[in-house]
Amino acid sequence: MTAVLEAPVTAPGVERAVTRELFVPVAVSPSVVRRAAGRLRWPLGIYTTPAVLAVLWQVASKVGWLSANLAPAPTVILHAGWELYQRGELVPSVETSLGRAGVGLAIGLVIGVNAGIVGGLLRSGEYLFNGVFQILHTIPLLAILPLMIVWFGIGELNKVLLIAFGAAVPMYLNLFAAIRGVDHRLVEMARSAGAGRLRLIRRVLLPGALPGFLVGLRFSLGYSVLGLVAAELVNADQGIGFLINRAQTYQQTDQVFFGLMIYAVLGLTADQIVRVLERVLLAWRPSYEAS
Amino acid sequence: MTTTRNDARTTVEVDQVVRRFGDRTVIDGLDLTISGSEFVVLLGPSGCGKSTLLRLLAGLDRPDGGTVEVPTQRAIVFQGDRLLPWQKVWRNVTIGLDRAGAKERALDVLAEVGLADRANAWPKTLSGGEAQRVALARALVTEPDLVLLDEPFSALDAITRLHMHDLVQRLHQRHGAAMLLVTHDVAEAIALADRILVMNDGRIASSYDVGLSAEDRRSSQAREDLRGDLLADLGLAGRH
Ligand SMILES: Nc1ncnc2c1ncn2[C@@H]1O[C@H](COP(=O)(O)OP(=O)(O)OP(=O)(O)O)[C@@H](O)[C@H]1O
Ligand SMILES: [Mg+2]
Repeated sequence: MTAVLEAPVTAPGVERAVTRELFVPVAVSPSVVRRAAGRLRWPLGIYTTPAVLAVLWQVASKVGWLSANLAPAPTVILHAGWELYQRGELVPSVETSLGRAGVGLAIGLVIGVNAGIVGGLLRSGEYLFNGVFQILHTIPLLAILPLMIVWFGIGELNKVLLIAFGAAVPMYLNLFAAIRGVDHRLVEMARSAGAGRLRLIRRVLLPGALPGFLVGLRFSLGYSVLGLVAAELVNADQGIGFLINRAQTYQQTDQVFFGLMIYAVLGLTADQIVRVLERVLLAWRPSYEAS
Repeated sequence: MTTTRNDARTTVEVDQVVRRFGDRTVIDGLDLTISGSEFVVLLGPSGCGKSTLLRLLAGLDRPDGGTVEVPTQRAIVFQGDRLLPWQKVWRNVTIGLDRAGAKERALDVLAEVGLADRANAWPKTLSGGEAQRVALARALVTEPDLVLLDEPFSALDAITRLHMHDLVQRLHQRHGAAMLLVTHDVAEAIALADRILVMNDGRIASSYDVGLSAEDRRSSQAREDLRGDLLADLGLAGRH
C-alpha cells in the first residue's frame, strides 16, 4: 500500500486563489427595519398567498374581467354568507355538518386507531385486519357512496358511515406501518434492559409510532371532510351541502361559493389542529427547519 | 433454559459455544469463564465475532451449539447509544426499572456519571459522550451482576475517552459487577482490564492476566511487553 501524494504544483510566486466565507453571529434582535421587512414579506404566514389571490380576485371582479354569474367578488360572497346568517340558516347548517363530520370522524378514528394498534403489535392482528384494510384502501371513497345509499338509505347513517370509512382506512394504514417501522434496535435495547411487554408498548412502540399516527390523522381529517362534502352534495335536506345544492338550483352562485368556502375553512382548521399537535407531541424530534 | 449452579465465584460460563450465519461459522467451540467481579476486555480483528459473542451473552441471540450461562441480572451497552429520542434523559434511564422510586434512582445514577443537570434534557440535545454516559447509566441503574460493553467509547475523542475510562473504573469498583468490554484499542484494554482476551478464528486465542498497578498501566516495561504481545496476537507487530 504505497500511495504517492503529490503536492499540487504551483508556480513560484503565484498566489492560489481561495474563496472564503465569513460567518458572524445572527443578530439576536434584528433591527426594527428588518423585522418590519420580514413581516411585510409574509404578513399572514401561510395565508399570505390565499389573501393576495382574494385581493386580485376582488379587483378583477370590480374591473369587470370576471362575470358576476361565474365568480362573484369575494365581498359579494361574504355578503351572501351574512344574509344566510341573518335568515338563521347558516348556523344550524354548519352545526349539522360539523355534527356529521364529528361523529363520523370519531367512529372512524376509534376503529382505525384500535385496529392499527392491534395489527401493529400482533402478528394475528395483522392477519386479521391488513387484508381488509388494504382492499378498502383501493376502493375510492366516492365510489362506495351509491352503495352506501342503497344499504343505509338517504338518512344520516350513510353520511356518518361514509365519513367514518374515509377516516378509518388511512389511520389504520399509517398507524400499522408506523408501529412496524419503529427502529428495531430500540426495541432490542428496551427488551435487553428488562422492560416487559407493557412497558415496551407504552415507552417504545406507541411513542415511536406517534409521527406516523399524526400523518394518519392528517389524512383522516382530510378524507372526513371529503366524505362530508360528497355525502352532503349527493343528498341532504340540511347542512352546508344542502345550502349549496339549493343555491345551485336557484342559480345563486354567491351562495354556492360561500358554501365551498366553509368547506375550505373546515379543511384548513383540521390541518392547523394537526400542526399544533405535531408541535406539542413531537418536541423531541430533531427536524429540518426551512429558512 | 435456566440453571442455577449456585457457584458464587463464577459469573459467566461459556462452554463450547457455536454460532453460525448460514454456512459461515463465526463462533466455533468457544470457551469462556468470568468469575466474581472481574473486568475482562475482549480484543480481536474486525469481523471476528466479538459483537456476536456479546449478543449471545446478553441473551439477544441463542447459540447454535454449546451452552451459555450468565446472570439473570445483566445489562448491555451497545456501540451506539440507542437512546429513545422521545423520552427525556431520566426516562431513558428508567426503561428497565419498575419499582417505586425509579426516578430518584435514575437521578442518583445520572449524578454518578456526571449528568445530574441534564436529567430533563431531550436526547437530541446531548453530545456524543453525554449520550454514551446516559447509556452507561441505563445499564447500571438495575444493579446488574454482569455488564457487557460493545465498543462503547469508539466514537469519542481521546480526552473524553480517558474520562470515560476513569468513570467506568470507578463504577466497576462501586457496583462490583463483572464487566466484559469489547474494544479495538490496545491502550484502552491495558488501562482497564484485569484480564485481556484476544479472539481469533471464532475462539479465544490467548489470554493475559494484567497484574499491573495503576501506575504501571500508564508506563512501565511490563506494559510495553504486554502491548507488544497483544499487537503480535492481533497481527499488528512491527506496525506501531
Ligand atoms: N445477523 C448476521 N447475519 C449474517 N452475518 C452476520 C450477522 N451478524 C454478524 N455477521 C457476521 O459475523 C461476523 C462477525 O460479526 P461481529 O459483528 O460479531 O464482528 P465484530 O468482531 O464485532 O467486528 P467489529 O469489530 O467490526 O465490530 C462478521 O463477518 C459478520 O459479517
Ligand atoms: Mg462489533
